[in-house]
Amino acid sequence: MTSLDDLSLTEAAALLERRALTSRELTAACLARAEQRRSLNSVIALLADRAMVEAEDSDRRRAAGAARGPLDGIPLGVKDNILLAGVPATAGSNILRRHVAAYDATAVERLRRAGAVLLAKLNLDEFGMGSSNENSAFGPCRNPWDESRTPGGSSGGAAAAVAAGLCLGCLGTDTGGSIRQPAAFCGVSGLRPTYGRVSRYGVIAFASSLDQVGPLGRSAGDVALLMNAIAGHDPRDSTSAPRPVPDFAAAIGRGVRGLRVGLPREYFELGGCTADVAAAVRDAIAVLEAAGARVSEIALPHTRYAIACYYLIATAEASSNLARYDGVRYGDRVDPGRGLAELYLATRGQGFGAEVKRRILLGTFVLSAGYYDAYYRRAQQVRTLISRDFEQAFAAVDVIAAPIAPTPAFALGEKTADPLTMYLSDIFTISVNLGGVCGMSVPCGLSAGPRPLPIGLQLIGRPFDEESVLAAAGALQEATDWHRRRPPEGGSGRP
Amino acid sequence: MNDHRGFESVIGLEVHAQLLTRSKIFCGCPTAFGATPNSHVCPVCLGHPGALPVLNRAAVEHAVRFGLAIGCRINQRSVFARKNYFYPDLPKGYQISQFDRPLCEHGQLVVDVDGQPRPIGIIRVHLEEDAGKNLHQGSDPSRSYVDYNRAGVPLAEIVSAPDLRSPAEAVAYLRELRAILIYLESCDGNMQEGSFRCDANVSVRPVGQSALGTRTELKNINSFKFVAQALEHEIERQIDVLADGGQVEQETRLWDEEAHRTRPMRGKEESHDYRYFPDPDLLPLVVDDGWLERLRRERPLLPADRRARLQGELGLPAPDVAMLVEDKALGDYFEAALSRCPGNPRAVANWVVNDVQALVKNAVGGAAACPVAPDALGALIGLVDAGVVASAGARQVFFELAAGRASDPAVAARALGVELVDDSAALAAAVDQVIASSGAEVDKYRAGKKQVIGYLVGQVLRRLGGKVDPKQVNELLRRRLDA
Repeated sequence: MTSLDDLSLTEAAALLERRALTSRELTAACLARAEQRRSLNSVIALLADRAMVEAEDSDRRRAAGAARGPLDGIPLGVKDNILLAGVPATAGSNILRRHVAAYDATAVERLRRAGAVLLAKLNLDEFGMGSSNENSAFGPCRNPWDESRTPGGSSGGAAAAVAAGLCLGCLGTDTGGSIRQPAAFCGVSGLRPTYGRVSRYGVIAFASSLDQVGPLGRSAGDVALLMNAIAGHDPRDSTSAPRPVPDFAAAIGRGVRGLRVGLPREYFELGGCTADVAAAVRDAIAVLEAAGARVSEIALPHTRYAIACYYLIATAEASSNLARYDGVRYGDRVDPGRGLAELYLATRGQGFGAEVKRRILLGTFVLSAGYYDAYYRRAQQVRTLISRDFEQAFAAVDVIAAPIAPTPAFALGEKTADPLTMYLSDIFTISVNLGGVCGMSVPCGLSAGPRPLPIGLQLIGRPFDEESVLAAAGALQEATDWHRRRPPEGGSGRP
Repeated sequence: MNDHRGFESVIGLEVHAQLLTRSKIFCGCPTAFGATPNSHVCPVCLGHPGALPVLNRAAVEHAVRFGLAIGCRINQRSVFARKNYFYPDLPKGYQISQFDRPLCEHGQLVVDVDGQPRPIGIIRVHLEEDAGKNLHQGSDPSRSYVDYNRAGVPLAEIVSAPDLRSPAEAVAYLRELRAILIYLESCDGNMQEGSFRCDANVSVRPVGQSALGTRTELKNINSFKFVAQALEHEIERQIDVLADGGQVEQETRLWDEEAHRTRPMRGKEESHDYRYFPDPDLLPLVVDDGWLERLRRERPLLPADRRARLQGELGLPAPDVAMLVEDKALGDYFEAALSRCPGNPRAVANWVVNDVQALVKNAVGGAAACPVAPDALGALIGLVDAGVVASAGARQVFFELAAGRASDPAVAARALGVELVDDSAALAAAVDQVIASSGAEVDKYRAGKKQVIGYLVGQVLRRLGGKVDPKQVNELLRRRLDA
């Protein structure tokens, strides 16, 4: 038997089911692991006591023959912009550092109903704004493969925690790549579902029309099991889709025979991928082809406008979404005692970090009278064109395969001086959010060199066709073992 | 006011009407007024992180019904937008409202001042959420407090065209608007509690000029009386400014009811850029054909319908019509009483606008809470018409009913002893006695001084204790004396 730290969710579920393992043992192992890997700074709040109680509850249920399914007793983590009643939800921000959530997010409530043990609130870029987890008021999270490098962002803590075995799966959020890019950088699997597939209720909003909750796990199968629990219509989120929810786990073994896989010309031309990344992605596509997929080239001609379009829409929505953090009703208030305007300025001035302020300013400008048409409205038009690109592409193929990021995990501090360079690293992931499709990251290789770093393959599917994406991911994991690779012990790499 | 020192006034009104839904527009909290501060709140209406709005369809129905009642085009696809600004009573830092795609557009209301019906355009009706309320008294006088019970109460904002030409027309417009909302049971119309609020845009221009003058916006006018006073003062003020060769400044002014004048709002806050954009948390509001058709079919009685019936069908006098139309509860009372006594609408109206109205003037609930049931009043009027009681006796019965000492007017009339005697022998005897004992008056009458009959009638009534119909006595006396 592999060590507890190396188990996948699917494997752990089987052991629990066979009563070869208890949730208590598993949870205790994860908590010990969290202590052992504190240097990662992936955890904002470890919920040790609560988690042990939940684990014991789960063991009792199982002993009584009343287990609630494969997630019962499984220790999971939640990105700290998702609400868990009675526990602070900081969104990685000083302004919410002491804000205790009043209610459970719908996705959390559904995990609870499935019997999961919720063990940690995980580090992130403040309000989800960043690609390296360096914009966190709680300090950067580190990549378990090389602690001098970023785990990616904004769900950096979630990806690092899964990779390092602190928990068997996580909920993240993805507004422009925030699940997929850290999953790729940390060598785990992460799915950004179609907008509307998972409720946003109880998820601290960054950009409401782009935000989506999704799972990270150690395999495509783990991700599918988590999806089975969290997906589905929620009357409390008007934008959640009233559509039937398939059995995502059933898609994993479906295979790719006859599946049409498209390679977007622009992604391979524009991106400036490193040789390692290009080779790993090419190899993964060859694996799918060998398994029966039919591969062809496609065009997504408006890709070049995606980043500009994204930074207009996302910042506009963020500027409005973050207006509620004013120190009046909750959160930290800074009151210099010189009236209302000063209270607002001091609270927000001290509560928000630099990147959040930059985006609020950008978004405020974008929506201002006289600029709305030139920026916001134009960006919405471009967004429509990007959606249409996908529609046309999906007339000819079932799944699109592409890189997740041009490079493996970059060094902490490497891009912080130049926000624009940081923004450009999201070129491959952002279109998925704008186009209303779904996308996944699966490990497909390691970079060369003394300290190898994970590389991710992106699989993009039609709206609400997460199943085809999971089928392709499953086929790749059937034929390769990249998803079983674990980071070297002890993290290493620190200069 | 229409022509004032060579100027005419141009007025447009913005009304905010709280809609009578049980729960708030985007969450399940109750809307009831007067609860303990911050007892009707939840994560959604407090703007907690992660909370999302879900539209209350009952609010949509109220707004659509109102739109249909004033002949609006209903936009079957409308869009909620965020109006962004910071204020402590605004939990999310933005108000969810409608901007470039409102629910209803292009309606019209006819107002009637001095018998001159004039159509007033209504540009738009849209849905939005109310804000909370800043309270400046609390346990610590150096602090301000906020009550969020009102935050998220549904509002219809109703914007008129600048078609009103005088404070009197503005008041007539508001009265009609309020009556329609009350008829639809969409708003309680209570201006003091703020469930029916009005802002006015007003400008003046030389008579004959078609371009509009610079306008000011008047806020904080919470009664019809203040609307009229505030507009009159503001129009005078603007004319003074222009007559002195000055220029009206575009600004927001508050009506100061103590000082009895308008004054500029402190701080020039009106240069707000609200940065409207479609709310990504809400899908466009779609009112499909079936829904719209149902609301069209369910069209309830409106003030205009009642006006047509009372005026045209029943021929009631104009002041009675005005009162019975504007006060829906009183009008409903009238109809209920009339159904018991269908033959005499004028008498019923007369009772209702005088006696019933006086009785319920200051009562909570108005005529609906009248201690005299409309059915009982109808029955009482029936007794008068049948000659069972005289009107003086009927009034006594009415007060008996009002005091709760009786519920059946016939029983009360008997108990009070005000039933008219229906005994021709007793009447004939009394008449004979009076003629016999009033020789001088009888002589005068026969000599041509016919008015002396009044004295003789009085004598007969006294003998019979008032329990006869004076008309009948008069008739009998004349017959005898003229024989």
